[in-house]
Amino acid sequence: MAELIVNPNIPDPDDFYAELLAAHEGRAKAESDAFNARLILLLANHVGDRTVLTQALEAAARSRNVDE
Amino acid sequence: MSRIFETPLYPYRRSKDQDTVRAVRHPVVVVGAGPVGLALAIDLTTQGVPVVVLDDNDKVSFGSRAICFAKRTLEIMDRLGCADSMVERGVQWSLGKVYFDERQVFEFNLLAEGGHKRPAFINLQQYYLEHELVARLRALAEEGMAIDLRGNNKVTAVRRTADGVQLTVDTPQGPYEIEADWLAACDGASSPVRRALGLDFVGRVFEDNFLIADIVMEGGAESPVERRFWFDPPFNRGQSALLHKQPDNVWRVDLQLGWNIDKAEESKPERVIPRLKAFLGEDARFELEWVSIYTFQCRRMEKFKHDRVIFAGDSAHQVSPFGARGANSGIQDADNLAWKLALVLQGKAPESLLDSYDLERRQAADENILHSSRSTDFITPKSETSRLFRDAVLDLSEHFPATRPMVNSGRLSLPSVYDGSPLNGPDCEGMPSRTRPGAPACDAPVSGGWLLDRLGGRFQLLTIECDAPEHLEIEGIGVERLAMSATGQEELRTRWLGSAESAVYLLRPDQHVVGRWRSFDREAVRSAVLRAVGR
Repeated sequence: MAELIVNPNIPDPDDFYAELLAAHEGRAKAESDAFNARLILLLANHVGDRTVLTQALEAAARSRNVDE
Repeated sequence: MSRIFETPLYPYRRSKDQDTVRAVRHPVVVVGAGPVGLALAIDLTTQGVPVVVLDDNDKVSFGSRAICFAKRTLEIMDRLGCADSMVERGVQWSLGKVYFDERQVFEFNLLAEGGHKRPAFINLQQYYLEHELVARLRALAEEGMAIDLRGNNKVTAVRRTADGVQLTVDTPQGPYEIEADWLAACDGASSPVRRALGLDFVGRVFEDNFLIADIVMEGGAESPVERRFWFDPPFNRGQSALLHKQPDNVWRVDLQLGWNIDKAEESKPERVIPRLKAFLGEDARFELEWVSIYTFQCRRMEKFKHDRVIFAGDSAHQVSPFGARGANSGIQDADNLAWKLALVLQGKAPESLLDSYDLERRQAADENILHSSRSTDFITPKSETSRLFRDAVLDLSEHFPATRPMVNSGRLSLPSVYDGSPLNGPDCEGMPSRTRPGAPACDAPVSGGWLLDRLGGRFQLLTIECDAPEHLEIEGIGVERLAMSATGQEELRTRWLGSAESAVYLLRPDQHVVGRWRSFDREAVRSAVLRAVGR
């Protein structure tokens, strides 16, 4: 069964990060939020694997509360 | 325009029960002559149980109400002898269009699987269904069967006793008393029986109002044979809208209105007509056949069986209208209950068999509530983030197929599979999942007709490429064999055999699978039958 990849997996991470920020540049908060929602849905569909998606949701929730 | 729902269909007639000194006792009294009560009464009667049906009214339901009947309902209606004219009159559609704001974001074609006698669903006004059921009930009565539908008989008091129920019934000629071994409360969401017994009905209220209007266009313009659904359209900003076709050129319009409205005010034609014109165009000329504003809830009773009182349909559970799960699930309640009640009354099964009604149909209600709550949450997002994702799904769906399956304007009602039911017998490896124990029988063309036309109303052994006795008698329960060959019957093979070469299926009177084997084993079938009747 597939596992959520939690180790580095994107070649040239600085470049991706810059591209992500650039995509949000000049957008109002509401527009940025809508953009993020669309991005999440597209990436989730690409992943497809329900187990991995659940793991990603859990991982995202955990890192927010890491100090609690 | 004939308004069949304004004509008394079963006017009050004095019953001889009103002239006795002691209350007359009946095996089953059904309260409510809606789709569920009528279906239950017909099913019980044809299984040999005398029934009295009490209704506080004497007409079919007012207005179209439930308009979408799913395949499983049609299959049950077939078993009860009522489906042909429903399907003949009903509208079959398969094209759906989804709009967001001012744009059509996509359309879909619900290509129904072939090899079934009945379509995936039809649109038909509830009053036509009820009309059909009343006609069937009358025909049975004329054949001499003990089925008695009493109009304008309003239940005003319910008392539970150790072995039955006592009722006070009000009529235009005053009240009378009646008793029943079993009371089936099919008296709708506001169930007077449930209230009289002070039973709970908890769940989630959706804070929203919807305007439903049935309209007939001047000049008889036909509405498109498709379902159109709008999210946040310009003519109903921030809300939803639905347009659906019914028979007789009736258009069903459903407009979400939001929570803080004055219901009485919004129901007035001077408020309704401008709303409809904003939707259909200023030049639209139409007649309003029926208008209703409703708020819905998703809830169910904690238990559907309370001693000798059994709840079925909306009296037991309520869902949002998205997905057509109200009337459809209620009819499945009746389908599940009738044979069990008949066996108990005939002394062939212990009373505890009825606990399985409670269990199986509560499981089904939970499934329906889950699906309809999800649709509702998509249609009317409850938070800013929920709306953000909903809108993102709709925006993406205009350009990519990826998110279209997430667009949820109602998931069509499918029958529940009674997985894990204590009535289920053994499963057999290699056979298809869709006909596993607990599942409703899946139709297939067979030589000379349809499989489902030959199933139901009694226990049966369906044998495919396999030998078995023609008839078994197991402690008073008759089991009849239905022998089939899969040669040249591809659907039968795919749906019932899978990778197996042969199969023996034991089926309940409601066409649900009890258990299955590769070959006939008398002891195995015997123990499965006894288990399926709760012994």
